[in-house]
Amino acid sequence: MSAKVRVATVWLSGCSGCHMSFLDQDERLIDLAQKIQLVYSPIADVKEFPENVDVTLIEGAVANEDQLAMLKKARERSKVLISLGDCAVTGNVTALRNAWRNSDKEIIERAYLDKTLINPQTPNEVPKLLVKARPLHEAVKVDFFIPGCPPHADLINYVLTELLCGRIPNMEGRSKYG
Amino acid sequence: MVKEQEKSKQIVISPITRIEGHAQVTIFLNNNDTVKDARFQVTDFRGFEKFTEGRPFYEMPAITSRSCGICPVSHLLASAKACDAIVGVTPPKTAIMLRRLMHMGQLIQSHALNFYHLSSPDLILGFDSDPAVRNVFGLIEKDPELAKQGIRLRRYGQEIIEKVAGKRIHSAEWISPGGAKWPLTKERADCLIAGLPEAEELACKTLKFWKKMLGQFDEEVENFGNFPSYYMGLVTPDGGLEQYDGPLRIVDKNGKVVAECVDPTTYADFISEAVEPWSWMKFPFFKAVGYPEGAYRVGPLARLNVATHCDTPLANEEFKHFKKLGKNGIVQSTFHYHYARLIELLFCVETAKNLLNDPEILSEHVTSKAMVNTYEGVGFAEAPRGTLIHHYKVDPEGLVTQNNMIIATEHNNLAYNMAITQVAKKYVKAKQLQEGMLNRVEAVIRAFDPCLSCATHAVGQMPLDIKLFDADGKLVDRKLR
Repeated sequence: MSAKVRVATVWLSGCSGCHMSFLDQDERLIDLAQKIQLVYSPIADVKEFPENVDVTLIEGAVANEDQLAMLKKARERSKVLISLGDCAVTGNVTALRNAWRNSDKEIIERAYLDKTLINPQTPNEVPKLLVKARPLHEAVKVDFFIPGCPPHADLINYVLTELLCGRIPNMEGRSKYG
Repeated sequence: MVKEQEKSKQIVISPITRIEGHAQVTIFLNNNDTVKDARFQVTDFRGFEKFTEGRPFYEMPAITSRSCGICPVSHLLASAKACDAIVGVTPPKTAIMLRRLMHMGQLIQSHALNFYHLSSPDLILGFDSDPAVRNVFGLIEKDPELAKQGIRLRRYGQEIIEKVAGKRIHSAEWISPGGAKWPLTKERADCLIAGLPEAEELACKTLKFWKKMLGQFDEEVENFGNFPSYYMGLVTPDGGLEQYDGPLRIVDKNGKVVAECVDPTTYADFISEAVEPWSWMKFPFFKAVGYPEGAYRVGPLARLNVATHCDTPLANEEFKHFKKLGKNGIVQSTFHYHYARLIELLFCVETAKNLLNDPEILSEHVTSKAMVNTYEGVGFAEAPRGTLIHHYKVDPEGLVTQNNMIIATEHNNLAYNMAITQVAKKYVKAKQLQEGMLNRVEAVIRAFDPCLSCATHAVGQMPLDIKLFDADGKLVDRKLR
């Protein structure tokens, strides 16, 4: 139909700060709209991750079973998969819970079984937490890493621009954690 | 709340998109296919309250602000205020002014984000428009000038945060217990002052644009979460609109003040929380009334409902008109969150102007220094979406022993369920299910502007998978989009 590059963004266990930094490209979004088609994203309404995606940016660590399935699906259907931000790259704050041996049970106990609550109980009609929160590359192959908490909008723009021009981004001296 | 209904028919909308978080809606049907009930379900959880145990208290602003990338500043402020209480000092006046200024920046960017980037695709492109382009890029194609206004307004808010605290998102290095780490330079202040006229013009223009459009939405005003409830929010000492500090006020459906929490450490006397098996988001309620009857709302609509005036001239004029939409100054339709949000946006631009034009904003004394003096601290702030509470207990070394966070979006949890049930009953016709019907259910949630990233401290993605079960639980129809 069109020659636009098909881009998706996915939000797993993170704070959405990386997506906000994506929007911090400000007026450059208007130029970007000429070159890309946003085929799947939490800021768009398509609900099923589509086939044949050119570039997928993923924010957040993998922390529950639904997210793991989503990540695998995104990998299968994307040519280039990018870990966006420190939670995706290292686990970061989302993985702080890993310090507890059975962290899924421990965090649930603290939040939902406290005696001061009405009906204290473990919610069970919700996606099951994984025992540990993990970075993306422990579950699937990742092609690029953009660290940062969040990555600066200029860096996101640089990586996208290079990829759209068919070049491999040179991250040396550009990427930084935190 | 809703009881277990294994045998009834259900429609599941998942994920709810163009909100800041991960959720799904399950709609329950009667045997004759009319809507019986609906549930708003939050489907992930990160556990900040647990994994912050044992951390030094001064790390708390940096860690807890990672709850949310949209309103990290609210977390920084509520956390820093709880830490102020632990060290037992009052920050210097300039530090408080700068914290307020940064807060205004965040409210401006977040409100612009909700209106332009997330809600306007429904409001301008239409609830029934093509879902493939019903997003901010679709808006850029349809009306680039309007999209640009939204981008500019959000950008100005983000720039305030960046100039004050060094970074647009997660600017945790700047804030500290007892104040802030560095002052505002004149050069940076001048840069922000230069941007004020455009920001004020855009805020007024957006409000004017919305008031002109409002006539098209009589049906939505009537049916999008239009019900009585309690409302909660901070107010100034004389009852004005407030977002940083002050008594926490609760009013009833008639506008009567039913509670005022002056000492933050007593918040648990006023509100309590319940748990349901079908959501990771807890259900706070007004304790004096009980669960679930004590449902209350927070956020822009609630803040205007609990306030008697605004302390800035342009916003106060708009506020007076707004108050006339309801009885006794209480506006109860959830759809009017949009209108309230835009009035508050204007208030924030005006407040930023007042702060920037006060010479004291440039004072270099921005930190009061002290060690741990109190073993407990509570901080309140009005996040864009409503009252945020951080409550820490520490040991004598300042290591956290207990952390409780009640997040803006959580307070509205009971109200979400009331609102989506009302919309589903009005619009969802199960025999001829259409995408636009379900988008309206999502749209009422967007009006609240929930930030589930905050509320659950986690988010994720799933396809929209609408499943229709018959009364025996057999799958009779399924739609994917």
